Amino acid sequence: MALIRRRTVLPGFGLTFGITLTYLSLIVLLPLSALLVKASDMGWSGLLATVTEPRVVASLELSFLAALAAALINLVLGLALAWTLVRYRFPGRRLLDAAIDLPFALPTAVSGLALTAILAPTGWIGTYLEEIGVRAAFTRTGVVIALVFIGLPFMVRTAQPAIADLDRETEEAAASLGAGRWQTFRRVLLPALVPACVTGFTLAFARALGEYGSVVFISGNMPGKTEIASVLIIGKLEQYDYAGAAGIATVMLAVSLAMLITINLLQRWAGVRQREAGA
Amino acid sequence: MSRGGAGRARRTRPGVRAPGEPRWVRLSLIGFTALFLGVVLLLPLASIFSEALAGGWRACAASFSDPAARSAIRLTVTVAAIAVPANLAFGVCAAWAIARFDFRGKSLLTALIDLPLAVSPVVSGLVYVLLFGLQGWLGPWLARHDVQIIFAVPGIVLATIFVTFPYVARELIPVMEEQGREQEEAARLLGAGGWQILWRVTLPRVKWALLHGVVLCNARAMGEFGAVSVVSGHVRGKTNTLPLHVEILYNEYNTAAAFAVASSLALLALVTLALKTWVERRQDRAREEAQRPADDDPGRTAGTGEELVYVHHA
Repeated sequence: MALIRRRTVLPGFGLTFGITLTYLSLIVLLPLSALLVKASDMGWSGLLATVTEPRVVASLELSFLAALAAALINLVLGLALAWTLVRYRFPGRRLLDAAIDLPFALPTAVSGLALTAILAPTGWIGTYLEEIGVRAAFTRTGVVIALVFIGLPFMVRTAQPAIADLDRETEEAAASLGAGRWQTFRRVLLPALVPACVTGFTLAFARALGEYGSVVFISGNMPGKTEIASVLIIGKLEQYDYAGAAGIATVMLAVSLAMLITINLLQRWAGVRQREAGA
Repeated sequence: MSRGGAGRARRTRPGVRAPGEPRWVRLSLIGFTALFLGVVLLLPLASIFSEALAGGWRACAASFSDPAARSAIRLTVTVAAIAVPANLAFGVCAAWAIARFDFRGKSLLTALIDLPLAVSPVVSGLVYVLLFGLQGWLGPWLARHDVQIIFAVPGIVLATIFVTFPYVARELIPVMEEQGREQEEAARLLGAGGWQILWRVTLPRVKWALLHGVVLCNARAMGEFGAVSVVSGHVRGKTNTLPLHVEILYNEYNTAAAFAVASSLALLALVTLALKTWVERRQDRAREEAQRPADDDPGRTAGTGEELVYVHHA
């Protein structure tokens, strides 16, 4: 087969490659191209008209900004949590480590319901928040909290292996050369963690941007205020406004693709750096 | 991995400042981690069970005897029973092609497999509506032949397959790439056929990664909400999965029943987590065992390497 670069005695390339490509095309590429065709049918001006509608602009803005805020919070929190879970030994560590994946394993609708229940003004946490004048449920704060919840495992799980792989000898060298702990962390350890941080941040952001289930219950979905883009897509569909829904979806898909490409380039870049460091 | 070695080493060598945060930093980080994860992760989980059981066990159980709930359970199980095996078979095929052969466009193919992870769940549902819906590409043709995909079970199955598409493949590919193809090639040269190699050599070596992928795939398939919500049409007793049933109950202010049904999904998540942790532990052990013969080089073993550093310093 002309496609193959290096020969091997193993059989089954044609069969497995064929199945993979067919299945990928039917399940993923064909439906996605239906969206692109719909968008190109609308043309630039049509597309622009649907996504510059004030309600749509507000929802896209909220989705982006809330996802960005949540990813930034996750970056800092996730790094601290990953550091603690990798470097320190304490009772209950394994349980907490396993619990990190909870937002990933919990169906998003259930997460949304649970967060709404505890953050509502009469909820377990909402009561106390109300006392200090913070309202979380049915506000933008609530949206960000839900997105932090949903993105947390992505940051922690990306940072953990990177922290575990840190070269202890470099750290020792920095310490024996008189660097303080904070200095060592900032000047020696943090630069080595940058690729993992950027990847984790991007994953958390991408996940938060398209999130639906965990947000829809807590946000209250007030148009122009707490309505995120994915909720608006469903709203448009319910009014049979397929063009409007496709317009928002195209913008979101374009950003998602840009994210995916960034992550892939980053991982390749990090891989090259690692190989160079190893050589 | 430190395995507590750094702490002990510090005490034995008071002259050298070994790396490690001051005690108060360590303790406050641990305290923060425990508090944060307790409040942010465990409290919501606890609230589901607490709300579900607020009206007592009997009320909670009654929520499941409702015909709509039963049909939702049946549909959820059916959808997972189709989506998971389909993606499992695909995952094995894709991993075999990608991890065992070098071909042009391999990295593009790998990236495309991950694509559904980057697509919003709602957009995942929408693309199927645009493809099979009445206003879509194939909609009019399907309607003429009396085939309904959108707002029916096939659409739910397809959307679920889409969102769980990469789960098995992305677990298998890195593991199989790491293992290399020498064992399969040896089996081939000894006269084994393709199926024989797959069943006797490949699958036993990747069984934990495979199980890991299946567990995650199943959890997502049963819990998917956004994508399924778009294509389902919410026909009670017909096209509602468990998560959709929860939403309907909640929107009807039937909070107790909503949380009761949600608690069954939360239980599923806990089982998933337990299974996942167990599989990961077995996976680590299997990997350590596989690497042991190669660990004659002392510089490469984490434990002894660290001790050597300290000896060297002393």
